[in-house]
Amino acid sequence: MSRFRLVLDPTACDGHGVCAELLPEGIALDDWGFPIIAAGIADDHLPHARRAVSACPALALRMVRTDRHGGP
Amino acid sequence: MTRTAAVPTRPAARRRPTPTETARLLPASGGPTYREHLDRVGPLPAAGPGLIQEVLESGLRGRGGAGFPTGRKMVAVRGRRGPAVVVANGTEGEPLSAKDRVLLARNPHLVLDGLVAVGAALRGDRIIIAVERARQDTVAALRHALVERPDHGPVIELVQTPSRYIAGQETALVRWINGGEARPVFGNRIYERGVAGRPTLVDNVETLAHVGLIARFGAGWFRLIGPPAEPGSMLVTVTGGVDRPGVYEVPIGSSLTQLLGQVGARRVQALLVGGYFGTWVGGERIAAVPLSAEGLATVGSRPGCGVIVALPDDVCAWAEVATVAEFYSAHSAGQCGPCVFGLEDIARAVRGVLAGDPEAEAAARHWTAMVKGRGACHLPDGAAGFVESALDVFGGEIADHRLGRCQRPHHGYLPSPAPGDWR
Amino acid sequence: MIAAAFTQSKELWYVMRASGLVSLILLTLTLVLGVVNVRRYATPRWPRAVTTLLHRNVAVLAVVFLGVHVGTAVIDTDVPVGWWAGLVPLASRWDRFWVGLGTLSVDIMIALVVTSLLRARMTHRTWRAVHWLAYASWPLAMAHGFGSGTDSSAWWARGVYVVCLLAVAGAVVWRLQRPIAPASLSGPVGSLDNRFAPRPATTGGSS
Repeated sequence: MSRFRLVLDPTACDGHGVCAELLPEGIALDDWGFPIIAAGIADDHLPHARRAVSACPALALRMVRTDRHGGP
Repeated sequence: MTRTAAVPTRPAARRRPTPTETARLLPASGGPTYREHLDRVGPLPAAGPGLIQEVLESGLRGRGGAGFPTGRKMVAVRGRRGPAVVVANGTEGEPLSAKDRVLLARNPHLVLDGLVAVGAALRGDRIIIAVERARQDTVAALRHALVERPDHGPVIELVQTPSRYIAGQETALVRWINGGEARPVFGNRIYERGVAGRPTLVDNVETLAHVGLIARFGAGWFRLIGPPAEPGSMLVTVTGGVDRPGVYEVPIGSSLTQLLGQVGARRVQALLVGGYFGTWVGGERIAAVPLSAEGLATVGSRPGCGVIVALPDDVCAWAEVATVAEFYSAHSAGQCGPCVFGLEDIARAVRGVLAGDPEAEAAARHWTAMVKGRGACHLPDGAAGFVESALDVFGGEIADHRLGRCQRPHHGYLPSPAPGDWR
Repeated sequence: MIAAAFTQSKELWYVMRASGLVSLILLTLTLVLGVVNVRRYATPRWPRAVTTLLHRNVAVLAVVFLGVHVGTAVIDTDVPVGWWAGLVPLASRWDRFWVGLGTLSVDIMIALVVTSLLRARMTHRTWRAVHWLAYASWPLAMAHGFGSGTDSSAWWARGVYVVCLLAVAGAVVWRLQRPIAPASLSGPVGSLDNRFAPRPATTGGSS
């Protein structure tokens, strides 16, 4: 059970795709260039996930603890 | 004060007999005036936090489509800091639904009583009723009813919303009331921060009408009709290929076949249950399905907001499906990529099925799977669910279209009203 | 004595001029990278992440060199530029107009840096509105360099100015092109299942 998960704000997301490049194990792009986020982040991927969150040009990604309610 | 489980307690000041028939919300006789309302059900007792427990025990579930237990929503708001705001949602964006405006025309005071009661139970200091601005007859009826309310009662604000499907979504409605556009807000837990940043409860007007009765006659009375898991009556809008379309009040769990017989349904190819946000049920599966969440779950459907469209077998189903897919695409709030692009592509794929494109079915399935859960609201899920159920129920006709053999006309039972402005 | 020697030295003067020119080059590069980013340019060997991160890092580097440039200009007593002229336009006693342009450019850059650091605390719209000022900051820096720079007549300085000007002109033209809409699938549909890719094995240490 991963300690963290990524939460995407789809209204802020503009489909830049930087996140998918930095965390391909956890973020894939759909047919329109928007991210599909896998559930949970493995612990060794956490630094990559943090970089993906920081690099998003639209600040659409957040990292949330899995025991806390982060999405809608 | 202790309560015995089996015998419901009654407020001592009650003067009128408890209503016993199914006609709870749509009165069998009498008009919408305040006087007539009081003659029917008596005055609204002063409500306090005790009403929350009563609504919880009643098992009342929201009648706006989601079916969430109303008492639990009240508990969620009560636990927050600060005075609450209660909003009665009468926007009724679902194109074929008429139950809310019929209820507001025929029994507005029951809705307003429920709104006032919930406001008092949550110690809220602002209560609002929202209706779509295109429905000026409903606005007029409400204004008239508001004038009739007793002066010592709380002020009830009337808010008019833009004519957009998504404007009735909770967070969109709250954003509109706060002065913004009627578009959904991601991650907005309105029971924490809603109207004016305060804990907010949004309930469908029919739900509040039921509360107006529970406040008078109690949870036990409410549970006298309907199955234990989903008690009470519900309003349904029956339309399509039927002789007597309209809004009917039925006990939850009543027979779908019987209802269709009552309204004079012609030979039914399939039913659309729950409106555009609902799903199709094949004609051959309707028999013995009760009109309840549990019953409809056995055929992959849900009651939703109670719209039931009977599609006769002499019209082209895919043409109707294509219109609704187009509707969804046109009504996107335009905030989330997968919705904006996905719903457009889904509509394109469905048009492809209609036109007989051999790859369209796979494309439709691919894209409906791709948009689910990807938006800030559930519009993409509604579109996906609708189209997927069409692919299942009308799958047999796809081959007909591919071979150019569907001779049935497009009747237009399912319209696609154009979206209004955002402001 | 040593301090006076330092503040009047030729070395300080050279550092000021050189850091100014380097700042301009880095600013140009930052702007071009910003346009590359917003135009979503990417190839398999130059992914979006490289553009985004490079843009941010080059911007920081530009600010560092700018800090050196402004700092040395203020310290240098041969040139009467008061310390406040580093922030207040047209406050310099020497070469008031041209230095003032540079100061205005720096002010805008401070706004860009501050809003970008505090990005998470404002709406995207606000951040973006301030970021548009970058297109004003660059020509001010360029004019400042050309007008008050003492090397402007040298052939190599002119060469740098011309290259920077062409780069920014090209970037602006590209910026003004019609936006690319995401391509809707017209080819074979791919499955959703295999979209998540395993990380390729790296030969070096962990990044």
